[in-house]
Amino acid sequence: MDWKRFSFIGVIIAVLFGTVVLVGYKAEPPILIIGSMLATTIAVATPLSLGALSGVFCERSGVVNIGIEGMMLAAAFFGWLGSIYMNTIFGFPALPSLLIGVLVAILTGGLFALLHAWLSITFKVDQIIGGTVINILAVGITGFLNRQLFFDKNSIFQGNVPHAPGVLPIIVFPVKNFIEWICGLTGESEACYITANAFGKVFEQKPIAIFAIIFVFVTHYILFNTRWGLRMRAVGEHPKAADTVGINVIRTRYINVVIGGFFAGLAGAYFTLESVPSFEPLMTNGRGFISLAAVIFGNWTPIGAWAASLVFGASQALQINLQFFRELIPAEWAFFQNSYAVGQIPYILTMIILTGIIGKTTSPAANGQPYDK
Amino acid sequence: MADSNKIVLEARGITKKFPGVLANDNVDFDLREGEVHALLGENGAGKSTLMNILYGLYKPDGGEILVNGQPISMHSPKDAITHGIGMVHQHFMLIPVFTVAENIMLGSETDHRTKPSESPLSILDREEVSRLVSKLSDKYGFKIDPHSLVGDLPVGVQQRVEIVKALYRKASILILDEPTAVLTPQEADDLFQIIRELKKQGVSIIFITHKLREVLAIADRITVMRAGKVVGSAIPSESDEHLLATMMVGREVILTVDKQPATPKETILSVRDLNVSDQRGLHAVRNLSFEVKAGEILGIAGVQGNGQTELAEALSGLLRIDGGNIELDGKNLTNATPRQLTNNGLANIPEDRQKHGLVLSYTIADNTILCDYYQAPFNKNGVLQQGEIDRYSRRLISEFDVRTPSPYVSAGKLSGGNQQKVIVARELSRNVKLVIASQPTRGLDVGSIEYIHNQIVQMRDRGVAVLLISAELDEILALSDRISVMYRGEIVTTVDAKSISKEKLGLWMAGIHPDN
Amino acid sequence: MSEPVEKENKGQALKSVLNSLMVPALAIITATIVGGIVIAVVGGNPFAAYSGLLQGAFGSVKAISETAVWATPYIFAGLAVALAFKGGLFNIGGEGQLALGATTAAFVGYALPAWVGYEMPTIVLLPITIGAGIMVGFIWGAIPGALKAFTGAHEVINTIMMNYIALNIVSFLMNGPIKDKDPLNVIARSPLIAEGARIAPIFDNLRVHWGFVLALLAAAFVWWLLWKTTLGYEIRTVGANPDAAKYAGINVKKIMTFTMGLSGLLAGLAGTIEVTGLNYRHELGFSSGYGFDAIAIALLGKNHPGGVVMAAILFAAMRNGATRMQFLTQIPVDIISVIQALILLFIAADSIIRYIYRVRQSGEKVVLTRGWGG
Repeated sequence: MDWKRFSFIGVIIAVLFGTVVLVGYKAEPPILIIGSMLATTIAVATPLSLGALSGVFCERSGVVNIGIEGMMLAAAFFGWLGSIYMNTIFGFPALPSLLIGVLVAILTGGLFALLHAWLSITFKVDQIIGGTVINILAVGITGFLNRQLFFDKNSIFQGNVPHAPGVLPIIVFPVKNFIEWICGLTGESEACYITANAFGKVFEQKPIAIFAIIFVFVTHYILFNTRWGLRMRAVGEHPKAADTVGINVIRTRYINVVIGGFFAGLAGAYFTLESVPSFEPLMTNGRGFISLAAVIFGNWTPIGAWAASLVFGASQALQINLQFFRELIPAEWAFFQNSYAVGQIPYILTMIILTGIIGKTTSPAANGQPYDK
Repeated sequence: MADSNKIVLEARGITKKFPGVLANDNVDFDLREGEVHALLGENGAGKSTLMNILYGLYKPDGGEILVNGQPISMHSPKDAITHGIGMVHQHFMLIPVFTVAENIMLGSETDHRTKPSESPLSILDREEVSRLVSKLSDKYGFKIDPHSLVGDLPVGVQQRVEIVKALYRKASILILDEPTAVLTPQEADDLFQIIRELKKQGVSIIFITHKLREVLAIADRITVMRAGKVVGSAIPSESDEHLLATMMVGREVILTVDKQPATPKETILSVRDLNVSDQRGLHAVRNLSFEVKAGEILGIAGVQGNGQTELAEALSGLLRIDGGNIELDGKNLTNATPRQLTNNGLANIPEDRQKHGLVLSYTIADNTILCDYYQAPFNKNGVLQQGEIDRYSRRLISEFDVRTPSPYVSAGKLSGGNQQKVIVARELSRNVKLVIASQPTRGLDVGSIEYIHNQIVQMRDRGVAVLLISAELDEILALSDRISVMYRGEIVTTVDAKSISKEKLGLWMAGIHPDN
Repeated sequence: MSEPVEKENKGQALKSVLNSLMVPALAIITATIVGGIVIAVVGGNPFAAYSGLLQGAFGSVKAISETAVWATPYIFAGLAVALAFKGGLFNIGGEGQLALGATTAAFVGYALPAWVGYEMPTIVLLPITIGAGIMVGFIWGAIPGALKAFTGAHEVINTIMMNYIALNIVSFLMNGPIKDKDPLNVIARSPLIAEGARIAPIFDNLRVHWGFVLALLAAAFVWWLLWKTTLGYEIRTVGANPDAAKYAGINVKKIMTFTMGLSGLLAGLAGTIEVTGLNYRHELGFSSGYGFDAIAIALLGKNHPGGVVMAAILFAAMRNGATRMQFLTQIPVDIISVIQALILLFIAADSIIRYIYRVRQSGEKVVLTRGWGG
C-alpha cells in the first residue's frame, strides 16, 4: 500500500465530505456535519469492509471469489430468518434472537463458501463461473424461500411477514461525555460542546460495524505476522513451493475460503440484523462486488481494502447526508443530489480504480488457479 | 565421519504410471552416506519423477522407500523433511515476493527443532530465523542477506537460498534436480565447490542432470535412466562421455550436425543499437548491433536471462523497442507489428511453444494456418476455405513427419516433439527470408532434436538467414556459422564458430574476457 | 474436400456432439430431481408441479407460442454471453446492455416519429429503432472490452459495475424524461412506440412474433461467424490463447474490444426485440434477471449457438410453465430459479456429473480467471 493510493483515498474522502459541508454549513456547524458524515461512512462501509476481508482471505490463499455478493444475500436472508424464527416460534427475547441470527448468518456464509471451495478447489471449476453459480443460487434460494415462507398461507408463518425482533443496539463509547467533561473543565465554550456532539456521533456505532474495524486490523496482523498468514500468502503466491515444504495446500485453501465465507456472512447480517429489520430480495445491491473492487484497490491488504471501503462508504454517506440539506441545494444543482446521479459514484470510482491509473496492483500470483500437483 | 558403505536412502522397485506413460518402471536406486550419486538421463527419462517420489510429492504405484535401512511411509514432503531429505527443484520453489528469511522459515516457522507443532497464530520470529540463516550461510560461504526479497536475487543466489532452506531443516540427504540448467559454467563450478563442501560435512547428495561433463566432474557414482528404467551404472574413473551418452540414449549419438561450410550472401537482418526493456520495465537489451546474412546461421549464446528472450520478442514484434532500429531485407521495420514482420519474410520459432507457438485447444489443421489464415488461399472474402486448409495441413504433416492420426487432433494432445514439428512446419513452409529460432529443441527427445537441427541447416542452405538463440552450448556449436555471446543484454563478442572452444565460450558467457 | 476427410470429420463430429450433449442432459435431469426433492420438502407434490410446468410450457398452441416468446430474448442474451466466452471474455453485463438497448429502442420508437411529425413506414422506422438499440448495446459492451484490452481492468467487475450504472440511468429516464405522460400511468414506463416501429406477430391471435425467427437466424449467424470466417478465427484464437494470437499478428486489443462490443450488441438486441416485438414499450425492472439467466444458458449450451438455442428454449419453457405450475400447485415460481441454479451448478462442476454417472472427460476448456487487477 503506497502513499499515492492512500493520498488518493484521502483526497476523495475529503472532496466528498467537503461537498456536504459546502452545502450545509449555513444550517449546521461544519464539525457537526463532518462528525455525522464520518459516523455514516463507518456504518455504511461495514458490509464493504467485511466483504473485503472475505475477499482478502479467499484471494490471498489463491481463490477468486465473486460469490461474495451471493454469500452476503443468503446470509442476510437466513440470519434474518433465524432471528425471527427464534423470536416468534421459540419466543426468545429480541437480543438473543438477533445474536442467534448473526450466528446463523455467519454459518450461512461459511456454508456457501464451502460450496465455492468445493467447486473451485476440489472440482477445479473456473472460479468466476463457480462464484456466478453461488450468486445465482443465492438469488434463487432466497427468492423462493422468501415467497414460500412469507407469502404462502400454509407456511409456518401463515403467509405473513412476522414482526422482526428489531436490530442490534447501538454501543455508545462515552467519548461524548468525556469531551463534555473536558469542556466543563476548560470554560464551557459552545464550540467545545459542538465538538463533543460531533465526536460523540462517530463513536456511537453498532456491534457489527465495530467488529468490522477490529477485524480489519486483526486480519492485517494475522496476514503479515503469524504462521497462518505466512502460509496463506505462500499458498496464494506459489502453491507448489508451499507443498514442497509440507504445507497442505488444499486444506489451507479450504480453511481460508470458509473463513472468508464467515466474514461475508457477517456482512450479510449487517443488512437485516443491524441496518434494517427486514429482508428484500436482491437487497445487497452489488455491495459484494464493490467489496471485491476494494480488495483490488487495497492491493490485497486488509487495511488498504478497508480504506477503499471507506471511500465507497463516504460516497454513500454523501447521498444520505445531502438528504438533510435538500432545501439548501440550488434548483439548478438539484439533479446531482438525485440518487441516480450520486448513486453512480461508487460504481464509476470502481471502474476508474480498476484501470490502474491510481497505481498498479499486484494480484497474488496464483490467484484463480486451481492447484494441480 | 561419513561411513561410505552405509546406505542412507534406498528406493526399491519404484513404479509410477501417468496417463499414457510409464514414468518409472521398477526402478532401484540407493545413496550412500557422504557421496554424490549422479542420476543421468535424457529429458523425460523419469529422473524427476523418481526424485519427486523420494521427496513425497508423488505417490508411487509400487515399490518402497527406505531411509537408513528402515522402510518409511511417504505421504507428503513433510515426511521427507522429517527423515532429513531436502530437495532443490529445477524450478525453484521460492516465493519471489517473500524475503529470504520468510522463504526459508515457511513450513517450519518457529523453532522447528524443539516445537514441531505450534499454533497457527504463533507469531513469526523473523529475527531469530534471520540469525540462523546468516549462521548457516556463513558456514558455507554463501553470502546471503536474509532480509532481501528473493525476486531481486540473481539465479545463482536463489539456488543457494534453496540449499540453505534444506539445511535449515537439518537435511542430511540433498536432491539437486538439474541444478546447473540455469547457471553459467563458472557459476556451475561454484556450485560444485559448494557440493564438495557439503560432502565434507557428511551430506549425501543426489545430483540429477543430462550433462555428461558435469557428471564426470562431480559424481562418485553414476546411475543412468532411460525411458523410465535404470539402464546401467558407472564410476567416473572407469567411464567417459561417449560411453555414458550411448547408455543414456540407447544408441550411438551424433553430437555434431553434418553440414557444409556456409556461403553467406547479402545482409537480411540488420540490427543497430537496439534497446529493449523487459515486462517489468528493466533494461534487458542494451545497444545491441549485429547482422545476419542470407545463407548463414548466427548463433546467440548466453546463459538464460541475459536478454535473449527480450531480443527474440523485440525482433518478432511482441515487445516494444525503446531505441535503435531493425532492418529486414532492406526495409526499416523498427517497432513493426508481428503481422508486418511476417509479411516481410520473418519466420519465428518461439521460445515458449505452448504459450506463443500453438493454440493447444485447436486442431493441428487450425494451428498450421495460425500466421496465414488471413491470406489466400485460406481466406476468401473473410471466409475460411476449409478445403484448402485441410489439404495444406495434410501436406505439412507428411512433409515434416508429424506423428498424428489426423489433422483434426488437437495440438495439446501431441508430444512435445510433434508440437515443435507443427510449429517448424508452419514457419518454414512459408516464403521466408529470416528464421528466428529460440531454444528450438528445448525439452525434446534426441530424434526430434536431430530432425529440427537438420531442418534449420537446410533452410540455411536454401539461402535463408537464420538467427539461432539457444542456451545449449552444444546446439550453438553444432549449428552456428558465427557465434555472438550475450551477457547482461549486450553482445560481448562475436566469433567464427570453427575457431572457438567450448571453454572459451563458457568464459564469455560468464562475462569474463578469456584472453585477460 | 476429399471423401475420406469428410467421413472422418463427420464421424468425429457426431461422436463429439453426442458426448457434449451428454453432460448437459444429465445435469438437467439431476437438477430436476434435486428440485423435486426441494418441492417435496416444502410440502408440495413434485410430480404435480412438474406436470403443471410441462402443461404450461407445451400444453397448447398458445403455451408453445408463449414459450417461444420467452425464448426470444433468452436466445439473443445467451448468444451474447457465449460469443464473449469464445473470445475469452466473461460478459456479466448482459443485464445493463439489455436494459439500455430496450430503453433506447423504446425512446426512438415513440420519439422519432413524433419529432419528424408524420407516421413513418415500418421499413424505415423499424430498422432505425433496432439499429439505435443495438448500437447502444454495442457501446455499453465495448467500453469494458476496451478497458480490459488497454488497461487490463478485469471485465467481470467492470461489466457488473456498468450494470448498476445502466440501471440507474434507465431508472432515471423511466421515472423522468421519457416516462409515459398518460395521466392514468403510475408506473415507471415509456409510452407506446409507433406502429411503424413494431415487429409483427407471426400468427394472428398468438403473441409469438418474427423476433423469434430473427433470434434463430442470429444463432446461425453467430455460428457462421465464429467457425467459418477469419474474424471468427481471430476471436476464438484470442479467447483460446491471447499470447499466440499476438504472435500470429492478430490485433488482440481490437478484437477484444470488438468481441465485447458484439456481445453487448446481441444483449442490446434482446432488449430491442422485446420492445419492438412484444411490449411496444419499456418498463422499469422488466428485464431484471435476464443477464444471469443468459450466463446459465450460455454455459448450459456449452457456448455453442445451437446449444444456446436449446438451452434458451428449456429455460423459456420453465419460466413460462412455472406460472401454470404455481396456479395448479401453489409452488412459487421462484423454484425455477433454484432449479436453474442447480443446472448451472452441475454444468459448471461437470466433474460432479461425470463422477455420478461415470462419463469421461473430453473437449476443450475455457480459461477465464487469469487474475485480477491492473
